[in-house]
Amino acid sequence: MPASAALLPTRHDEDFRYADLEALAPLWPVALETIAVAAGESRALSLIHTDARPIARELAITLDDGASFDLRVLNAGAASGRIAVRATLGRGARFHLGAAQLAGDAATAEIVTHVTHAAPDAVSRQVVRSVAGGGATANYLGKVLVAKGADGTDGEQSVRAMLLDRTATANARPELEIHADDVKCAHGCAVGELDANGLFYMASRGLPPAEAKRLMLQAFIAEAFVGAGDEEALQEQALAALEAML
Amino acid sequence: MTLLAIDNLHATVADKPILKGLSLTINAGEVHAIMGPNGAGKSTLGYVLGGRPGYAVTGGSVSFQDEDLLALEPHERAAAGLFLGFQYPVEIPGVSFVQFLRESLNAQRRSRGEDPLSGGEFLKLAREKAALLKMDMDMLKRPVNVGFSGGEKKRAEMVQMGILDPRLAVLDETDSGLDIDALRVVGEGINSIMRAPDKAVLLITHYQRLLDYVKPDFVHVLANGRIVRTGGPELALELEERGYEAVAA
Repeated sequence: MPASAALLPTRHDEDFRYADLEALAPLWPVALETIAVAAGESRALSLIHTDARPIARELAITLDDGASFDLRVLNAGAASGRIAVRATLGRGARFHLGAAQLAGDAATAEIVTHVTHAAPDAVSRQVVRSVAGGGATANYLGKVLVAKGADGTDGEQSVRAMLLDRTATANARPELEIHADDVKCAHGCAVGELDANGLFYMASRGLPPAEAKRLMLQAFIAEAFVGAGDEEALQEQALAALEAML
Repeated sequence: MTLLAIDNLHATVADKPILKGLSLTINAGEVHAIMGPNGAGKSTLGYVLGGRPGYAVTGGSVSFQDEDLLALEPHERAAAGLFLGFQYPVEIPGVSFVQFLRESLNAQRRSRGEDPLSGGEFLKLAREKAALLKMDMDMLKRPVNVGFSGGEKKRAEMVQMGILDPRLAVLDETDSGLDIDALRVVGEGINSIMRAPDKAVLLITHYQRLLDYVKPDFVHVLANGRIVRTGGPELALELEERGYEAVAA
């Protein structure tokens, strides 16, 4: 990832294929934020983006043997937001990403991850829930690389996107590159719309359409924050961002 | 007092005519049963009354408490006092019954100019109705219908009806998927919630067995999109004995 490159990449760079380059241009170059977690230690970080201005973050996280990192992201600004994360996992390390993206109007919200299982027995979990409405775009480009010899790897990507309008776009590209033999890697990916049967069911009990929609979406994005240390605060902020978007 | 007046109702689903001139009047205090073979239009009638998207009314009228029901949005129909019990209740992952029902009830109350119930008041009401249907209150803390058996879903429908306290309940095959004990509990629940001088029930069913518990005042036979015969409770027994074909002919 050309994180600190002075020049803004073009769409020829796979990681920027769906990016809002116009919004990113004034932000470039983006300073790389490095995080190192020592062997056996546990750290957590929540990134909340609900600004009106565009943002771009580039994180490089290194997990020593047995270290763990719990990263939660609420990418819900009124303008475009891009969060790129490169994580390198040592032996038995554990990396968790739970991200919710809310994109309305013409915003582009995107999460780009490169997770490298560099040594055996590491676990990575990525749960990304995106909601896009209007003419917005929500992207997830995520690569899990299992290095040679990283046996016992357990990697999972769960990626779901909800389109509120036919004019909204979701791009999801979960990728696996595996150079070891004994690994467990799963990815699930789905793009859909709100369940019309569910909406009618809720309306039949007296819930106005806007409230039914809000309840369903609240439950959908909540999956990104399950188990977080600050889960309650995250859910509240996500709900506020959702209400602002709808 | 007339609660529901359906006059010469025509409706289509995907441009296919299903209801072809259905008329029915339900007064306060009455229980009506609509019976009929598969494909007669029973569920369509329920959905048209509930306002389900995709069910198009092409003729006739429906008035509910002297208001044009068909002009109301589905959630407005609920607030006006209509409850539609689903044949296949829908699962809503991640949304608890308690949250869903409290918001639904309070949305109804607000639209009627009533004060919303507090969390405590709502839980008390929910507990009372759950007990009536012999349903464990813990089940209402779970996501709506998710992981519920067919019978549990139907019981949960009746708990919802109890909480929302409608004037008219249209219950679409509420008896399907119920074992004998659950059928009795549900039947008694319907009586206890809906048997009142100012309320009415329209039971849509295939079978006589629910009618053993919820005694109808009128039984209608629906065939080919119209009501072809109307009688008292004895008509249900006759149907059970002789079959739809013989009775509806």
